[in-house]
Amino acid sequence: MPSSNMVEIRWHGRGGQGAKMACLLLADVAALEGKFVQGFPEYGPERMGAPITAYNRISEKRCTVHSNIYHPDYVVVVDESLLDSVHVTGGLREGGAIIINTPLSPREIVPRLRGWQGRVCTIDARRISEEILGRNFPNTPMLAAAVRVSGVLEPNRFLASIEESFKNKFAAKPQLIEGNMATLQRSMEEVQLG
Amino acid sequence: MKSRLSGNEAVAYALQQLNPDVMGAFPITPSTEIPEYFAQYVADGQVNTEFVTVESEHSSMSVCIAAQAAGARSVCATSSCGLALMYELLYVAASCRLPITLACVNRALTGPININNDHSDSMGARDSGWIQIYAENNQEAYDNIIMAMPIGETPGVRLPVMSCMDGFITSHAVENIELLDSDVVQGFIGEYQPENYLLKKENPLAVGPYDVSAYYMEHKVMQAEAMKAAKNRILEVAADFEKISGRRYGLLEEYRMEDAELALVLIGSTAGTAKAAVDQLRAKGEKAGLVKIRVFRPFPGQELAKVLAGTKAVAIMDKSEGLAGGGGPLFAETRSALYDLPERPYLISIVYGLGGRDVKTDDIETVFSRLAHISSSSQIGPVYTHMGQRSKEETV
Repeated sequence: MPSSNMVEIRWHGRGGQGAKMACLLLADVAALEGKFVQGFPEYGPERMGAPITAYNRISEKRCTVHSNIYHPDYVVVVDESLLDSVHVTGGLREGGAIIINTPLSPREIVPRLRGWQGRVCTIDARRISEEILGRNFPNTPMLAAAVRVSGVLEPNRFLASIEESFKNKFAAKPQLIEGNMATLQRSMEEVQLG
Repeated sequence: MKSRLSGNEAVAYALQQLNPDVMGAFPITPSTEIPEYFAQYVADGQVNTEFVTVESEHSSMSVCIAAQAAGARSVCATSSCGLALMYELLYVAASCRLPITLACVNRALTGPININNDHSDSMGARDSGWIQIYAENNQEAYDNIIMAMPIGETPGVRLPVMSCMDGFITSHAVENIELLDSDVVQGFIGEYQPENYLLKKENPLAVGPYDVSAYYMEHKVMQAEAMKAAKNRILEVAADFEKISGRRYGLLEEYRMEDAELALVLIGSTAGTAKAAVDQLRAKGEKAGLVKIRVFRPFPGQELAKVLAGTKAVAIMDKSEGLAGGGGPLFAETRSALYDLPERPYLISIVYGLGGRDVKTDDIETVFSRLAHISSSSQIGPVYTHMGQRSKEETV
């Protein structure tokens, strides 16, 4: 966790991949953990597959700033193909990290990061999701990876709180809780910390 | 109770706690979630509300007018062109003295078509006779809508209330929030007991008939008096609300204005960003402050003049163009309010944030550096400028 008492996270995804939902879920769980939170997507004419951005601010004091985040501590890339079309490391703070959904290792993906010299973490979110949930929902693995890499929440407490949150969210479909929890746990273990 | 909700979730939850008799429902981005969440409360039997789905905002406001005239509490939510389509009815609601509650989720007016935030929708309705209260964040959006009915329904006021929040920036951002217990909210608003209404059999009346020249002006003067009376009522309700919530509200909020020489006047979510900028400047020893306009109608002119009397330079920041040719609507009203001061600060108009153009703390600091220059050089420079646009004229 960086030295300042606020953590700022920027999510890059494509419409339909659940980046916004992961962002709001992180805010929800962090609030349950007693933090002050903001979770908000950047809105425009959305459509499936178009690049979208979402943001989190998590802090010990209420943050009154309501602008987008231009200098994040962490960047989460839910779709590897965005590396070619969006400057995902733009403004990323020195000492921060980028977390990318890819089967490649951190060292293999670095050449595509436009000169980013800092920390790089990777996770094969698609494979994990397909193996456990049977479908490609990359947002859940990316959420676990973001928590693990940023250290913004203590992993075990995060898992306990999100299970509570899932019990509300999936009250009508309890069978989804187990798979999502297993996905989060496996993702925490598998994320490659560069 | 501590929770975390988006602005729309917070307003829908407040409406559930208010349990109105009627909701006129028609969706438009970014206010759509309010009737959407509320429909779930209806389906779950958590409210007794007659949820009337209609084919346009013209009709949703018509439903509210008819229901309120019949003696029921009615609410609705809208944004942008939806509010524009209601304009005819906004005037009808206000002139019939029907204390309807409207959640306005501020969004730019077309055109060009844009779904993001500015204040052009509600600013366009500023002369319609509605009380207008603006929120900085989800908490204020929740609190303001709970205060709407006690303000509007009081016999000396009897005016509709528009409770505004910034589209997306507030409506779609999840933040921490303190919620009140539902029985506390119900106790706070009490039973609605209108003096006269359509369905009162002892005293049946007509609502909204033709008004000949011999009466029209008297009715307008009564409306004007009601708007003036609303100021005190808003403060009374705020004082009562503080007792149940611990949160204090006024007509405007002064932020670090005690000895401020340079100040901003603005409305809505940008106030939070500006507070962070003011804190940074104060840490450097700058005498910077902020005035957030919470209530725009009735306009707190005297209060504003008092707060700004000791300042040297002030930027009035409008999140709607107004296209008056000389500055935004908040600027015009603020400058007018300060006319009677024996010594006036320099006042400039900055139009910003149109159609969702983002505002950073750096942008606010740039405005303050311009004010510092005006104050030290005694040269006001251009009075009316825009901020954040890509053009050669970009000054601040």
